[in-house]
Amino acid sequence: MTNEHEDDVLRAAHSRRSFLKRTTAAAAITLAPAALVKAAEDKLDEKGAEYFEKLPLQIEVNGKPYSLQVEPRVTLLDLLREQLHLTGSKKGCDYGQCGACTVHVDGQRVLSCLSLAVMQDGKKITTIEGLQNGDDLHPMQEAFIEHDGFQCGYCTPGQIMSAVACIREGHAKNDADIREYMSGNICRCGAYPNIVDAIKDVVKKGGVK
Amino acid sequence: MIPFDYARPATVGAAVASINKDATAQLIAGGTNLVDLMKRGVMSPQKLIDVTRLPLKEIKEANGIIRIGALALNSEVAENETIRKALPLLSQALNAGASAQIRNMATVGGNAMQRTRCPYFYDTVMPCNKRQPGTGCSALKGYNRMHAIFGASDKCIAVNPSDMCIALAALEATVIVAGAKGERRIPILDFHRLPGDNPAKDNNLQKGEMITAIEVPVNKAFAKNSLYQKIRDRASYAFALVSVAAALDIKGKTIQQARLAMGGVAHKPWRLTTAETFLKGKEATVANFQQAAALALKDAKSYGHNDFKLTLAPNTIVHTLKTLTGI
Repeated sequence: MTNEHEDDVLRAAHSRRSFLKRTTAAAAITLAPAALVKAAEDKLDEKGAEYFEKLPLQIEVNGKPYSLQVEPRVTLLDLLREQLHLTGSKKGCDYGQCGACTVHVDGQRVLSCLSLAVMQDGKKITTIEGLQNGDDLHPMQEAFIEHDGFQCGYCTPGQIMSAVACIREGHAKNDADIREYMSGNICRCGAYPNIVDAIKDVVKKGGVK
Repeated sequence: MIPFDYARPATVGAAVASINKDATAQLIAGGTNLVDLMKRGVMSPQKLIDVTRLPLKEIKEANGIIRIGALALNSEVAENETIRKALPLLSQALNAGASAQIRNMATVGGNAMQRTRCPYFYDTVMPCNKRQPGTGCSALKGYNRMHAIFGASDKCIAVNPSDMCIALAALEATVIVAGAKGERRIPILDFHRLPGDNPAKDNNLQKGEMITAIEVPVNKAFAKNSLYQKIRDRASYAFALVSVAAALDIKGKTIQQARLAMGGVAHKPWRLTTAETFLKGKEATVANFQQAAALALKDAKSYGHNDFKLTLAPNTIVHTLKTLTGI
């Protein structure tokens, strides 16, 4: 739970942040004409970004605790992919329409592209990389291979994360149930019948933990 | 997305104070709509007030009223045993909305606050009176297949995209809001507004107010006979072309009382009071349902691409009532 103290910490650097926010990195660079040419060469855009206020974030990803600093506008998906280099979660649409970025937060499936990383403070994230047990694939991963639950594979990490949650939630009773509760994961290759088969197979073999 | 400040207040009072103090601040809960809008540059708050840690998640029943905390997740409410038994219409409507992932993120308060999905509202290069007052309505003579047939104005023909709120309108829920001056209760039908001359304003919340809960009265007769029917372009995970929330108190074949609301047809949940009044005391027959539907559509107006809604809407009303009564 958040307490008053935490709120104070978040507010502490407010004035600096407000200034920087209204003075974009680009503008800050143009205000220093002597350094301008050199700045462009030194990729100051990236360096300028470092001046935007970062906030502390304690997060556990696939069982591993992280103590990070993130800008408020970084999504959970970008944090996972760009900073933690867990590129299994895919950026399909980036607008919450395709489900390729599906991860579990505290065991619940959510869209990481519409989740701000800073709001996940103290939470436990599971991505496709955290599903397998050592060298053993998760039963859902095995089932997707066995039933040809994909073609190009881009939507697959999201499909599998969603499928595991779908069973856990008790929403894999029959084909119609599975189709309804998997509707947030779009597959442009149209592997839907095989995805349904893979999920049914996992249910038949005892479900998921 | 433009950079913004972030704060995580620990109390409702602190959250309300934050939005009162700073006109550019915006509350964020599930973020399923706001983050999307911020990425596209449709909304650009300079500060986000994260309310997700506030203690507003509880669902409880007392004295025939179910109170749902504003931060209860759409999935939690839809799956809640009390809700499923006492307010099945609400559970159905919630499950008809979005996807399982989004329902795990979106809150009840956020659902009521979601903005229209009019494509011109989202397209920042197009005129839109809701996004940029005074620029005009691109949908009026544009591609308006998803748009309103009731209560629109020449300034805006967008629709409210919520399924939840359509059920809440039929169930006569009350929105509880907290502001600097204390608590206020707003009947759900007075919460959202019609576009009129000011489509930028979706609802009647005043500056610095936030939703803290929704209260829904329990009606056992309605709980036995209610149905949310949503018609959309694909079988799941799409916004409504039209939807109908229906609840009937029925004895034998006679309708004692009817509650009907429609989604996908107006800037706010659209209650069909004329049809309800007509059905009261009438027998549950297809002819009566058809007459009620015709009355409901009396003031409907379409804009070209959405002409089909003038047929789809009454058909959906009749279909819903037939399914509900088993005739």
